[in-house]
Amino acid sequence: MTPLLIAQIVLTLFVFIMLLNSAAAMVYVERKVAALLQQRLGPYLVGPKGLLQPIADVIKLMFKEELRPRAADAFLFALAPIISATCAFAAFAVVPFGADTTLFGWLPGSMHLQVAEVNVAVLVVFAIASMSVYGIVLAGWSSNSKYSLLGGLRASAQMISYELSYGLALASVLLIGNSLSLRELVNAQAGTWFGVIPRWFLFLQPVGFAIYLISGIAETNRAPFDFPEAEQELVAGYHTEYSSMSFAMFFLAEYINMVTVSAVATNLFLGGWHGPFLPESLGWIWFLLKVSAILFFYVWMRWTLPRYRYDQLMAFGWKVLLPVAVVNLLVTAAGVLYFGS
Amino acid sequence: MTLFYVFAVVAILASLLVIGQRNPIYSVLLLIASFGALSGLYVLLDAPFAAVIQIIVYAGAIMVLFLFVVMLLNAPHEDTEYDERVHPLFRPGPMRFGAALAVALLAELVWAVNKGGGEAGQFAGGSVASVGAIGRSLFTEYAFPFEVTSILILVAMVGAVVLARHEKGA
Repeated sequence: MTPLLIAQIVLTLFVFIMLLNSAAAMVYVERKVAALLQQRLGPYLVGPKGLLQPIADVIKLMFKEELRPRAADAFLFALAPIISATCAFAAFAVVPFGADTTLFGWLPGSMHLQVAEVNVAVLVVFAIASMSVYGIVLAGWSSNSKYSLLGGLRASAQMISYELSYGLALASVLLIGNSLSLRELVNAQAGTWFGVIPRWFLFLQPVGFAIYLISGIAETNRAPFDFPEAEQELVAGYHTEYSSMSFAMFFLAEYINMVTVSAVATNLFLGGWHGPFLPESLGWIWFLLKVSAILFFYVWMRWTLPRYRYDQLMAFGWKVLLPVAVVNLLVTAAGVLYFGS
Repeated sequence: MTLFYVFAVVAILASLLVIGQRNPIYSVLLLIASFGALSGLYVLLDAPFAAVIQIIVYAGAIMVLFLFVVMLLNAPHEDTEYDERVHPLFRPGPMRFGAALAVALLAELVWAVNKGGGEAGQFAGGSVASVGAIGRSLFTEYAFPFEVTSILILVAMVGAVVLARHEKGA
């Protein structure tokens, strides 16, 4: 066991635990921001400022009874939340969140602040995101309940529709960055133009960024696109029949997916860990700040916009977002061809 | 090499179980498992790009649509309406056609395995340069099969629209 290998294992465990923590933190943030936007107090009884509320929630979920409908398909019913949670964790494995580090000189060599450096990382994130729909669809089907089934069907249609625009937005960034590795794409955004404007792809790809954020909301099934669980129509959609920890796993997966989408957006459009004032070794602070900003934006959207109608969602995805994404890709390709990348 | 056998066994077992299942949902899932194992084989061949594309296109997009259709039609468990004691080749209708097709496929497979062998093809790696190389060969060397395939898919799409279209007043 070399020190680097040990450090890598510790880092992997650390990322795993931090993702769990981020889900807990997001539950608190979601409730507090919702309260802020609705002029309420939000959770305030458990711990100072209600900070221990997520722990109370987890304990409550753990002690609930695990229910399973008699007519459910037992194997798939148990498998579905596992697929969801696994995909959520797996996608973050290829996301880098800081520059190479030697941990303040403790390590003999430098290591990547990333669980696994893959040279097709962007596609890996995309592939795992496209697999995560199975968790939701199977949950909907195996519950053997009409609301769950409708939720599952909606999820598959919605995610297929928005995956196209999502992929095209990614492709335009790949063209500019001329790489498929997230780390190389981030490093291509180091430095500034004219000494003031950071060289973020956001300024080259404003349309791509907007498309990415919107389809990201649809991919993570968040309001205003939360049709798979639309509570006014479908009780709770695909997880209607779930309770206790298997429900908690869907919940966990949703928040971790949000974190992953935000982290990838930060890496692709907001320059990752590059920023002014801080040395490169503390770049992860910038990374955290940017991810938090996008996460706040997601929560803000959820509590500001009402849910669309389902036909509006489909019409928007296919007739607005997809053509815009295609044109954006063509313009980007022409620009890269003309100016060089 | 151990990994190769693990993935190969998973792929073959899953594929066999696809046709052995009575429940169409499990067939779809086993097909996805088989695609996942294939993608693992691509990784072992040092072709991460092909591996990821296999997952995105087949497991991620096409199979979701399969699952969607199976769920939407709520396809019931297949119950055999044939006499199990009669050999498939002598059963009436589609079963005989399917069995004949399987025999033809087996013959082709044996022929292909005998003919091939020894040729070591080089897969493109995962860097952008090789993705570019894949794209370039797709649009130059393999332009004709590529375009023909896209026309085939277009025909299928037009066919689906024609079949699904509601005639006015009908």
